[in-house]
Amino acid sequence: MDLFDIFVSASFWAAVLRIASPLIFATMGELICERAGVLNLGIEGIMVAGAFAGWIAVWAGLPLWGGVAVAMLTGMGLGLVHSVLSVPFGLSQHVVGVGMTLLATSLTFYTYRVVLPEVSSPPKIEAFQPLDIPGLSQIPFLGEALFSQTALTYAGFVVVALVAWVLYRTPLGLAVRAAGESPAAVAAQGLSVTGIRMGAVIVGSGLMAVGGAFLTLSAFDSFFFEMVNGRGWICIALVVFGAWKPGKALLGALLFAAFDAFQIRLQQTPMGQVVPYQVFLMMPYVLSILALVVMSRRAEVPKALMVPFNKGER
Amino acid sequence: MTTQDQGAGQVVLRLSHITKRFGPVTANEDVSFDLHRGEVIALLGENGAGKTTLMNILFGQYTADEGEVELFGAPLPPGNPRAALDRGVGMVHQHFTLADNLRVWENVVLGVDALSAPALNARAAKAKLRELSARFHLHVDPDAKVGRLTVGERQRVEILKALYRDARILILDEPTAVLTPQETDALFATLREAIGLGMSVVFISHKLHEVMAIADRVLVLRHGKLVAERAVGDTNREELAALMVGAEVSAPEPSEGAAGAALLSLRAVRLAGEGTTPGLKGIDLDLRAGQITGLAGVSGNGQAALSDLISGLRAPDEGVLEIAGEALRTWSPRAAVGHGIARIPEDRHKTGTIADFDLTENAILERYKSEFSRGGWMDWRGARAFAEGLIKGYDVRCHGPEQRIRLLSGGNMQKLILGRVLEGAPKVILANQPVRGLDIGAVNYVHSQLLEARARGAAVLLISEDLDEIMRLSDVIHVISEGRLSPAFARGTMRPEELGQWMAGKGYDDAA
Repeated sequence: MDLFDIFVSASFWAAVLRIASPLIFATMGELICERAGVLNLGIEGIMVAGAFAGWIAVWAGLPLWGGVAVAMLTGMGLGLVHSVLSVPFGLSQHVVGVGMTLLATSLTFYTYRVVLPEVSSPPKIEAFQPLDIPGLSQIPFLGEALFSQTALTYAGFVVVALVAWVLYRTPLGLAVRAAGESPAAVAAQGLSVTGIRMGAVIVGSGLMAVGGAFLTLSAFDSFFFEMVNGRGWICIALVVFGAWKPGKALLGALLFAAFDAFQIRLQQTPMGQVVPYQVFLMMPYVLSILALVVMSRRAEVPKALMVPFNKGER
Repeated sequence: MTTQDQGAGQVVLRLSHITKRFGPVTANEDVSFDLHRGEVIALLGENGAGKTTLMNILFGQYTADEGEVELFGAPLPPGNPRAALDRGVGMVHQHFTLADNLRVWENVVLGVDALSAPALNARAAKAKLRELSARFHLHVDPDAKVGRLTVGERQRVEILKALYRDARILILDEPTAVLTPQETDALFATLREAIGLGMSVVFISHKLHEVMAIADRVLVLRHGKLVAERAVGDTNREELAALMVGAEVSAPEPSEGAAGAALLSLRAVRLAGEGTTPGLKGIDLDLRAGQITGLAGVSGNGQAALSDLISGLRAPDEGVLEIAGEALRTWSPRAAVGHGIARIPEDRHKTGTIADFDLTENAILERYKSEFSRGGWMDWRGARAFAEGLIKGYDVRCHGPEQRIRLLSGGNMQKLILGRVLEGAPKVILANQPVRGLDIGAVNYVHSQLLEARARGAAVLLISEDLDEIMRLSDVIHVISEGRLSPAFARGTMRPEELGQWMAGKGYDDAA
């Protein structure tokens, strides 16, 4: 298997979409928060909580989409806590975010032990199955590569389109973008900066949790403690990579996933016999950092990102 | 403008007995006035006189303790920020409330439709905006990003925002502070157009000549109270100034200073621009002993580069800097201080002081190493005595040297900075916007100190956007535009309109 074979195999491209899916959901969630002016470093923990909540709900008997809904609500609940601390109280968003990640992660492990005190390996569930899109999935190569994914992956792309539509085509999106740039402009129109920012953090956290739930409900069929494994932090970088724009951020998620899928396959080439596998594992991160350096040079950072808004102050 | 027919102009806005207290401080006391249809009233007062509080009550940011507001004959519910907006009151804030990342039309429609509305109608919004732009001579491209606009264009967007919402009352807070004389004239033309169509205007300003030019009536606020009301035809600038401060103001009379040798000279100095702000494009400038050199211009035309250069933060890319005729080889902030250059920074909050440090610490910021330390240890006793000296010598009103400087008013903060600068008996003084935002009393104090420094033989470079200030104090005037410097004009040889031409970028030799 040489390099060229990797790129022409349909399974490579199918893997790219699969690996990208959780990143897409969580990146859109983070993007919404940051566009409104709040850096949400709770993302990693919220993804862990979402992965667990969705999985345990399905294990307890809910349908798969019920699990997705439970994950989303869990994320929104954590988002509510984050937003109360970071928006009306105006606490340091770094401290609140890291605290939320630690809290959500620990709470998840605690709940896991309370619900499943005796098990040594977590129970499996019946996960989302690939959904062949009629017609499209019959196209040679492309069908297998792109149109035989699980429903949740397709939903990820719908979410990107939805987020882009709301941000750029609706009064609500306008208010969100203005809140992250000039909260005074929002307040001067009699709109509530607090309300807009809290709403963005809550909805964004819900999406992050769905990203986590993709891992347990679609990519795998069970829950492991280390399964999120830094994906949340990658999403923070992807938002910067995407210059706070949904389309570009999607591109970033796909690019990172491609690096990842590529390195897994590279390990099986003759090169993999010589080079230690850790070097391959490192590759997507190194390439992401390089891409970030190139891409984010001219990005316009939301000016009021991480700046609490107090309407009494001038 | 003649005074409107009061009978025909119905009352559109009525404030009745508004009182607002913050703890022991009374910000507004029993303020009442009426605004009529098609009328312009000017609200005049020093900083802290209560103008902003009054407008915040109108816009629901604060709730009045007593009294009520009536709009178009119906009471305005207190404490609701949207109420005034929805009923046709538009406000152009001194600090614009625009989002730089949004386009002009997006800024204008922000908050117009309910947040639950499914989509924005960009085409209709832009069409309406173009029509308003044409009717009121407010030219600005609806698709331009606000971050790329000039200050004057941004103000037009703010006014368009109000017009787009069919505002019938327009409140302008210090609207001309950032405009060239030409832009100010254009603003006034727009306002007159709107007034002719029945708009009513509240014009908040410090600038007496503008108040006289645009207003029908003038209301003077002092210490939260309405102390006088005059029809413009029955008053003059001197009377208004006196009413504002409560005593006859004597502006310092600059006498013709005898110019001495050039203490600091720039020869064909070039400096690269940073971001959107221009650098310097080959500038020649002499700062002479016993002379105040005024630098007029709209902000963002190279003033920052020039002041960075003089204070040693940047060295010239090309050209030469001379001190007393001798070309310098190295240039750094330390070298600048060493050569007796002192500066009054442009932004006293950001770079002039450290908000949470006390007065003593702020007083010694520039000399804590040289004068107030011994063997690496702070000499706090000496520092405190120095601070007390400044407080007395420069009339800084405060509770004492231990007070955090954040709690001082802008004027008192500036007096401390002034003391800090002048105590070192500097040879060259860079005064960058030294009186911005100060009330008349503090302005006169700062000006008289600068004149005193000149009499002592210092060379002063006064950078200001206020043409009045420049023309009153300066012995010679340069205008800066896009990093180019006009020739030197001696006192009294130029009219404001001519300087305005230079400020707008006309007349320069572009080959330079």
